[in-house]
Amino acid sequence: MRSIMTQEFQEDFFMSRKESELRSAFLEQVELIPGGHKIKQCIQCGTCTGSCPVSFAMDITPRKTIALFRAGEIESVLRSNTIWICASCYACTVRCPAGIKITDMMYAFKRIAMERKIFPKGLPVHALSSLFVSIVNKYGRNQEVNLLLRFGLKTNPTKLIAQIPLGWCLRSKGRVPLKSTKIKDRKQLSSIIRRVLSMRKTVQKPSIA
Amino acid sequence: MPYTYYPGCSLESTSRAYDESLRKVFELLKLELHELTDWNCCGATMYMSIDGPLASTISARNLALAEPLGYDVVAPCSSCFTILSKTHRLMRENAEIRTRIGEALAPAGLKYELNLRIRHPLDVLVNDVGVELIRLQVKRDLAGLRIANYYGCQIVRPERGFDDRENPTTMDNLFEALGAVNVYFPMKVRCCGGMLMTTYPEVALKLVKDLLECAEENGAECIATTCPLCQINLEAYQGRVNARFETKFKIPVLFFTQLVGLALGASPRDLGFHRQLIPFEHKLMQLTEA
Repeated sequence: MRSIMTQEFQEDFFMSRKESELRSAFLEQVELIPGGHKIKQCIQCGTCTGSCPVSFAMDITPRKTIALFRAGEIESVLRSNTIWICASCYACTVRCPAGIKITDMMYAFKRIAMERKIFPKGLPVHALSSLFVSIVNKYGRNQEVNLLLRFGLKTNPTKLIAQIPLGWCLRSKGRVPLKSTKIKDRKQLSSIIRRVLSMRKTVQKPSIA
Repeated sequence: MPYTYYPGCSLESTSRAYDESLRKVFELLKLELHELTDWNCCGATMYMSIDGPLASTISARNLALAEPLGYDVVAPCSSCFTILSKTHRLMRENAEIRTRIGEALAPAGLKYELNLRIRHPLDVLVNDVGVELIRLQVKRDLAGLRIANYYGCQIVRPERGFDDRENPTTMDNLFEALGAVNVYFPMKVRCCGGMLMTTYPEVALKLVKDLLECAEENGAECIATTCPLCQINLEAYQGRVNARFETKFKIPVLFFTQLVGLALGASPRDLGFHRQLIPFEHKLMQLTEA
């Protein structure tokens, strides 16, 4: 499936090198999604945009995202706030008449943006996600307090102070544990994570070359 | 029938009442619940957006730990429920992913052979126990309590699971049998904003305001939720919504298991009612004294 898709899309020689590189990275991600090839069958009906509860806050609507991908404008999609505003509620995915997994497509865009560090200005989402991953990799579980404290300190310490009353309120109801949760077999988890990362290096090398 | 319990990170902290009430309800219905030993993060949304394959692999560790026990996995958090189901489906449908995950788990002595069912507790109550059987065990009628049943997004989507994706009714049927009144609530599957409350609060506050408005306009005395993130967004941020939109919302937001537990005769304390930020005391007194 992938070879057909990549060939078909990459033959457009009007595309810049960067754009065609982004395109193959995107298609590689999409390939992993069962039914991912359906992205080619978009009829631009706008059901996704109409169903999206947060499209009002996006600078590129979900429908336009697919149109831009087709037109060879992936970089503008990556620079938009759209992929970060998607709250992953799957309303578009279940309604799409062409069966396109739009939410999973947004995830694919997010991962490419993360890898290449292409973000819209002043965007906090990737900071939050990266912290989340580092906490989970270390302890095996999310530690909400740890996550929000570090996120606040990193992005907006003033806002963090504004959150103190709510935190205190939750604490008084026993909803903020002081003892950090973690799994016992952290060694096993990190060996699994290391293994995924090392397999990736060996698997991906030939495809880059 | 025994179940393997996968609580998820939120049920250890902000959503302790969900954990407490779920355990109590299962106990009262004589359903065995065994917490999965040494479970790790499900690989939720935020992890998924950094590294999909890695998220699926750590998610699969949980499935591999649970499979030898041979019971269905109960995942009360909508996000855990979705991600664990998604991992199972990805492994089933994509041979390459299955092999890669298998290779990553093997050195740790783990493997997952696709034999699990991942279930939401609402599904278990309605389809394994059955509304009728639960109704027969009611000790305390919900006496016309007006509930807005809020399913949120990820419990019914993207998979076609135990309920309709546009208009689910399982929770409505359950509460009707317990003597409550389900108010008209057309926004029952609309997104609460999820983690946008932290990253784009302006967007999330608007979503929460719309939901609260819809519940209030239709005369709800409380909102019943099935998800930790929905619960905290709708409850803990009502103050901020009020400040931002000059509204006066004061609607208690409960986990559906708290209300089921109440009907089954459990004490409010055992169901975590003392952890509510918006008081439900008045109603609670009416219900428990009747």
